[in-house]
Amino acid sequence: MKLGTSAIIGGMLFALAIFVGLFAPWLAHTDPVMGANLMNAEEPPSWIWWFGTDAQGRDIYSRVVHGARISLTVGIVSQLVNSVIGVTLGLTAAYWGGWWDDFVNGLTNLMLAIPSLIFALAIMAVLGPGLTSLLIALGLTNWSFTCRIARASTLSLKSQGYVQAARVLGYGDLRIMITQLLPNMIGPIIVIGTLGMGGAVLAEASLSFLGLGIRPPYPSWGSMLSEARDQITTAPWLSVFPGLAIFLTVLGLNLLGDGLRDVLDPQSRSRRT
Amino acid sequence: MTAASLIEVEDLRIDLDDGARHVAAVEGVSFRIDRGETFGLVGESGCGKSITALALIGLLRRPLSIAAGAIRFEGREIQGLSAAEQRALRGNRIAMIFQEPMTALNPVSPVGRQIAEMFVLHKGKSWREANQLAVEALANVRVPAPERRVKDYPHQLSGGMRQRVMIAIALACDPDLLIADEPTTALDVTVQAEIIELLRNLCAERGTAILMISHDLGLVANVCRRVGVMYAGRIVEERGSDDIFRAGAHPYTQGLVDSLPRLGSRAALGRSRLREIAGVVPAIADFPSGCRFNPRCARATEICRTTVPETTWLGAGGLVRCHHHA
Repeated sequence: MKLGTSAIIGGMLFALAIFVGLFAPWLAHTDPVMGANLMNAEEPPSWIWWFGTDAQGRDIYSRVVHGARISLTVGIVSQLVNSVIGVTLGLTAAYWGGWWDDFVNGLTNLMLAIPSLIFALAIMAVLGPGLTSLLIALGLTNWSFTCRIARASTLSLKSQGYVQAARVLGYGDLRIMITQLLPNMIGPIIVIGTLGMGGAVLAEASLSFLGLGIRPPYPSWGSMLSEARDQITTAPWLSVFPGLAIFLTVLGLNLLGDGLRDVLDPQSRSRRT
Repeated sequence: MTAASLIEVEDLRIDLDDGARHVAAVEGVSFRIDRGETFGLVGESGCGKSITALALIGLLRRPLSIAAGAIRFEGREIQGLSAAEQRALRGNRIAMIFQEPMTALNPVSPVGRQIAEMFVLHKGKSWREANQLAVEALANVRVPAPERRVKDYPHQLSGGMRQRVMIAIALACDPDLLIADEPTTALDVTVQAEIIELLRNLCAERGTAILMISHDLGLVANVCRRVGVMYAGRIVEERGSDDIFRAGAHPYTQGLVDSLPRLGSRAALGRSRLREIAGVVPAIADFPSGCRFNPRCARATEICRTTVPETTWLGAGGLVRCHHHA
């Protein structure tokens, strides 16, 4: 297996984010919430305070490191939920057709017609702020593209010889979906999934920025940006470093998605070797 | 009918109904295949042989449906079975190989896994056992270095190798009946001969009955003991393959035999051109009345245009449906 350069860079960025999230307690210099000390308020980046400090004197570096946990959890889990919902609905709709297909199509169109961030806002408003409600809100609102892709792929794959052959060989519907259809559409699904993961990280940032996601004092990249809004001219490091974290993670996910697509398609694999 | 028949098709009629048209694509088709027997269905494209095969395994889909007649596998009507019972037959007792080995294999799954899947699905083996059996199955279809080949993806194999893999999948569960739908059409001539030889030997060893479907009368006669010739949805002649070659009774069969190129026979027959059958197969929607071959037939008379010919029994279980058969 040979990955392209951009995929390797993307993978490394994403791996770095995961690594930081996993080992946050060891990497952080101070406690992200309790480490406030007004003596150190609004220090610019230096050798002691790598990313500077905020108005309460908390170490921004430590908060960015801990924020990775929340941002990545939201990004990964909510996108997984989206992918599972989208693939299940799209695949079964195209495979079985009939009223189920009409129903899923209607539902997808409905979801596409509602701006997903507004829908997530509404869900958050009902459930109240917090990590669990964030996961639910983002996990239920962004599956329509995955669903569309899964449905379109199934429609074209359904008439392929090997799907017909599987039926002739006595495969049941579920086995056909899992062994014949799903592996053949996994490329685009993974690409959409990694892009969506980036989207979910951004959506978490947006919701937290609007005050409906992770509430202060807990650090998520979005909530940090939200808090830094007023000091963007006086203390730009408050917004630059969480912003950079979001930017690099999303960029990494996008590059990785493109690279994975090439690797997961065995025909392009043999072309390259 | 005796209980000995493996599969028995009786007066099968398959309708095509897409809302706009309602026509019989296949009509009055009857044949039976005993255990270990080889039977061929020959005819031009669109004569209904492939949909007859689909009906046999219970996989006709709209707009096609069985309108009349019965298909019995070991005496049990296939239409009467539940979906699960039909699935248990397919691939396990009745297997099928296809025209296009290029597309009939899953491109993202190693071929060994696709063979192993059959053992897991129908024989309840564990994946570990199934993978072992897959290597054996590949060795049985004479694929060199099978323990390495099982890891290959379909696109890494040649057309002939892929068809061997298809045969390995089809024969994995030791089916009683193998349906071969134009199994060699997409292959090179030299590879064709190898594949046919392989198919014949394997089925003879295991006592698997073969239903071979092809437009190639020579190929079918080579493999099958009995041959049914189909024209426009009906079987027009059914006989031992030797008899068909020596003295076809139906004008259409004679036309088919005459249009086969034969080495060294030109001088003997005193002609220099291959003879073809004039005209084309009529479209399903406008099958002519009477004998459906009448517009292309040299012997056609008034009765051919009005009356469907009755079955005439010939010697040795053969039959022909023609008003003016030889």
